[in-house]
Amino acid sequence: MWLTQPLYERSTRIFLGVLLLAMSLVTLLHLVVPADHPLHVSAYTVNLLGKYLSYALLAVAVDLVWGYLGILSLGHGAFFALGGYAMGMYLMRQIGDRGVYGHPELPDFMVFLNWDALPWYWLGFDSFWFAALMVLLVPGLLAFAFGYLAFRSRVTGVYLSIMTQALTFALMLAFFRNEMGFGGNNGLTDFRDMLGFDLRTDTTRLVLFLVTGLALAIGYLICRAIVTSKLGRVCVACRDAEARTRFLGYRVERVQLSVFVVSAMLAGVAGALYVPQVGIINPGEFSPLFSIEIVIWVALGGRATLYGAVIGALLVNYAKTWFTGVMPDAWLFALGAMFVLVTVLLPRGIAGLMHNLNERRRRVKDKPQDDQQELPV
Amino acid sequence: MNFFKQLVDRERVFDFMVPQQSPVDVRHGPILYLEDVSVSFDGFRAINKLNLTIDDGELRCIIGPNGAGKTTMMDIITGKTRPDEGSVWFGSRHNLLQMNEPDIASLGIGRKFQKPTVFEALTVFQNLELARATNKSILPTLTERMTGEIQDRIDEVLLLIGLKNLHRQPAGILSHGQKQWLEIGMLLMQKPRLLLVDEPVAGMTEQEMERTAELLTGLAGQQSVVVVEHDMGFVRSIARKVTVLHQGSVLAEGSMDQVSSDPRVIEVYLGEEA
Ligand SMILES: Nc1ncnc2c1ncn2[C@@H]1O[C@H](COP(=O)(O)OP(=O)(O)OP(=O)(O)O)[C@@H](O)[C@H]1O
Ligand SMILES: [Mg+2]
Repeated sequence: MWLTQPLYERSTRIFLGVLLLAMSLVTLLHLVVPADHPLHVSAYTVNLLGKYLSYALLAVAVDLVWGYLGILSLGHGAFFALGGYAMGMYLMRQIGDRGVYGHPELPDFMVFLNWDALPWYWLGFDSFWFAALMVLLVPGLLAFAFGYLAFRSRVTGVYLSIMTQALTFALMLAFFRNEMGFGGNNGLTDFRDMLGFDLRTDTTRLVLFLVTGLALAIGYLICRAIVTSKLGRVCVACRDAEARTRFLGYRVERVQLSVFVVSAMLAGVAGALYVPQVGIINPGEFSPLFSIEIVIWVALGGRATLYGAVIGALLVNYAKTWFTGVMPDAWLFALGAMFVLVTVLLPRGIAGLMHNLNERRRRVKDKPQDDQQELPV
Repeated sequence: MNFFKQLVDRERVFDFMVPQQSPVDVRHGPILYLEDVSVSFDGFRAINKLNLTIDDGELRCIIGPNGAGKTTMMDIITGKTRPDEGSVWFGSRHNLLQMNEPDIASLGIGRKFQKPTVFEALTVFQNLELARATNKSILPTLTERMTGEIQDRIDEVLLLIGLKNLHRQPAGILSHGQKQWLEIGMLLMQKPRLLLVDEPVAGMTEQEMERTAELLTGLAGQQSVVVVEHDMGFVRSIARKVTVLHQGSVLAEGSMDQVSSDPRVIEVYLGEEA
């Protein structure tokens, strides 16, 4: 099957192996090592790592469209946030009558707004499966509508990037409004449990971390299966010579549209896993700045490798956590400096550096090139 | 009602169509037919009431000074540029002005660009793989596996264009002449009914030129070939019928000798060179 195809590939095996190892290690250090031991991984850290992993999945989704298809989306935060809101709505409805106002059905903010019934678009979200479906469907449909219009009119390059920024900005403004029925400014929060498990227990956090890792592995595999297929090579063809690709008989706009939709759905899943771990979703996730930050993770990690995106997301977010702890005001400067340094010194990002080192080692050993057909950037 | 059904059916045929069994209808004569085609860019008439007919299996050379509109003509045929007026027919059934680039390509019109355009990040092999005539919609492309048959076909073309030992190199490292060859190879993989070849020998050595000439003349017969070229020696070596384009319309048409003795042609074009 085409989905398992990347499993025969060295880089994918290494990636999945490292991910699995890291997840087991964290689990072990969290569960087995006593809390006062220096190697113990606290529930707080597990939770933080789970959040990073959902960012990593988001970065993979962005790399799929940017690295391989050449579509610089500066609005992927919107798909992430929509997935997050879908999950948040489910979690809100799980609160039931345990809210501050004790209303059996309405979330607190609706009671506060004097609403007397759930708006129609909140119906169904008491079911996890419905919510899970919406996590995929809502970002997917938005990406489809947006992409259909944009790609059909052959909007590309900077114009497309600006349009994606506008999209996420417009959604942010909309979600800020109380009348939209998504909690306005404050968003959705005070979640209690998910599928019957209390979200505030350490075990649930560990499980969420592991599930996010699993989602990252699957998302990575899906993307890798796409980019190593012939469709992936067509993507690169569209990226580098769109007109030429058309004259070969490929419908470029359909290629762009389908990959864009897949990417948006992955971003939605990432958002849905993020929300129960951070315990809140608000319009801030729609902020254009956040979408730009995602692109910076990918650029730092290295475009068109997928694992580079993961490395970038983890490193930058670790740095962010560290900086905001030590000197919060300096974070944006540090991010900017990192970005400039990497673009100047490592134009192909950290993944590019790793690739070069690998090549050099291989040349020293004077071994013949191995057989995998890697797509060069 | 029936009519709509037919339309839908016909659409479906295109998708799975392989160019050899192309539905192009050439029973009534020419494979390509341009009538009174005009196009202007910001008021400048690049193509002016152009009439051109290419017969099935013909090898036609098109010459003309810089800016005569040769490339623009190919843009019109392949759906890249829409003419302001006129009609363009492929066989007697397909009105090309109502189709987009991928449709025209899968109908069996292949094109080599003036500036060689290959996918530089992909290997030589992968470039040929993408060009291969097959169902090019999303799902079949996603799930297609490399079979021995495909491999053989690509190897065959690699041998023909002399890039066999470079097949795992990215196309970006090829020389200008090699890129030209690769693009010709991609055309061969497409197995089109009609090949539009824009300046195929630019940047090639004498020897390479000879091989290109051999290749193109070898194709004519089963496939129709339209070659735009500035190199007169090359044109003379392959041409049977030559069309001279000037200021967007046909100035003269005939054998190379006929054309090159035409005083108007000498004046606008050959005169400068001789
Ligand atoms: N997209 C465009 N916009 C404006 N002008 C154009 C465009 N395309 C072509 N032209 C003009 O139309 C004229 C014909 O151009 P075309 O490229 O078809 O010439 P050509 O015969 O292929 O010349 P060459 O031998 O130099 O390749 C030129 O004067 C060119 O500047
Ligand atoms: Mg030209």
